[in-house]
Amino acid sequence: MSRIGVPKGFDLQKSVIYVGFFTIFLFFSFTLHDDGFLTTRNLTNIVLQTAPATIMAIGLVFVISAGEFDLSFGSAVAVSALAAAVVLQDYPMLVGVLAGIGAGTLIGALNGVLVAYLRLPSFLVTLATLGLFAGIARSMTNLRSIPVINDSFTGIFGSGKLASVPSLVIWTILAVAVGHFLYWHTRFGAHVLATGDNPRAAQVAGIRIERVRFLVLTLCGATAGLAGILYAGRLQAAKYTLGESDLMTVIAAVIVGGTALKGGKGSIIGALFGSLLMGMLNNGLILMGLSVSDQMIVRGLIILIAVAVSLRDTSH
Amino acid sequence: MTSDLPVLSLKGIRKTFGAILAIQDVSLDLGAGEIVALVGDNGAGKSTLIKIVSGVHRPTSGQIHLDGSAVVFSSASSARSLGIEVVYQDLALADQQPVYMNLFLGRELTIPPLALLNKSRMRKETQELVEELDVRIPSVRSTIRDLSGGQRQGVAIARATHWASKLVLLDEPTAALGVAETAKAEELILSLKDRNLAVLIVSHNLDQVFRLSDRICVLRRGRQIGVRETAATSKNEIVSMITGVD
Repeated sequence: MSRIGVPKGFDLQKSVIYVGFFTIFLFFSFTLHDDGFLTTRNLTNIVLQTAPATIMAIGLVFVISAGEFDLSFGSAVAVSALAAAVVLQDYPMLVGVLAGIGAGTLIGALNGVLVAYLRLPSFLVTLATLGLFAGIARSMTNLRSIPVINDSFTGIFGSGKLASVPSLVIWTILAVAVGHFLYWHTRFGAHVLATGDNPRAAQVAGIRIERVRFLVLTLCGATAGLAGILYAGRLQAAKYTLGESDLMTVIAAVIVGGTALKGGKGSIIGALFGSLLMGMLNNGLILMGLSVSDQMIVRGLIILIAVAVSLRDTSH
Repeated sequence: MTSDLPVLSLKGIRKTFGAILAIQDVSLDLGAGEIVALVGDNGAGKSTLIKIVSGVHRPTSGQIHLDGSAVVFSSASSARSLGIEVVYQDLALADQQPVYMNLFLGRELTIPPLALLNKSRMRKETQELVEELDVRIPSVRSTIRDLSGGQRQGVAIARATHWASKLVLLDEPTAALGVAETAKAEELILSLKDRNLAVLIVSHNLDQVFRLSDRICVLRRGRQIGVRETAATSKNEIVSMITGVD
């Protein structure tokens, strides 16, 4: 009934990621065929390596969709991983998990209070907390790496498998499914989109926009906490450098994944493919023999293209 | 539904902001199925009065009665929960969301156990409403920003119609529309009468005021100059009441 006369508007911003992903996938498949790009082992590796970034990206989609920004996940990851690692030395697995996710969630909640209730701009608040918690991560351990020797922890959050599916793949699928569901099928998701789209309209419609802002930033902290735990599990250690290099990757993944920088529109599945694309680029560029600096240049260019597409779409 | 009591009754409404007197002693009754226009120059207090009735501002003194009982609005939400809807000048729609999500903005329908959004039912109810009101949009799934100004205003008025049980406030509803779109919006506003709603409309366009309203309330510098039956007055009289020049 409602299908009659639907002008299927082509949404460039949301489609570009899938076109880009498969184009680059095909490109690497042909050019890097002899270098082992297409092997199951290499492809699985890409998914495993991108798992923490994908999970952070899910939190960031909510934040950006609500018209806010978060940079602090870059250091919240390390604080969470370190908190889990330290606690795991003396306590059972569950306590360590709670400590890790709890640390990230608290950092997010701190951002949330500052942004939603003290009305400070989220970009500046999270820039400050990014630095603050990067410092705390360093001083907490005197720059040392903390080993994680809890086998059940490193299994469930790292190298383990369930019916021959690696646990990191399961965590990724779970997080994407829950995130997508929350984003599209709950009142919370609808309020996030409305708040980012037109805060005044959301407010006069009775949506508590301060609460929405607080919750998205807290949620983003929680996803950083989970990402930290996955790092600690996979590397069987935690260090203050964890997550540092993810900042740009995660932001790029979210933006190329079709989330509008101005808020009000986004995609969890898009962010998943954005994150996989970033991982694939990383992997492909290494196989091609590019230096670290060349990889950074290529990634920077990709973000530029993504931002250009994003702004072009919102100005029509 | 019909009773002799006015739907909305304002008695001696006064509003000051610090030392500034914004509204001074406004008293006005609105009946069900009646359209009253609020006219006056810029700064006459029309918007302030609309904000008082919609719960955004609280009057400094005076009383608001709804269906005969005194009410105090603590916020816009409390006015809304009593059946008062506002169509804002700038529409208050979320541009990147589909029509049906805007219609249910802040009041989304959910399915009980997990409180999931009931999108199919929201689409269905929106479809029924736009057909009934003859709001011509490509689809209830269309994004607001892909609609014309008139279509957007149609959606905003449809939303107010859907949720209002007593009173609809319209603040310059056609200020941004073209001629044909204005005519369409006026049709929609007139259809509110058939639904037995009381309507208070702010408009600068006197031709429109005479086309739509049953009565006209004139404000000048926060004071109520008078209320006239539209059929028994003339534009000249209203203009001289607005300007204070004979």
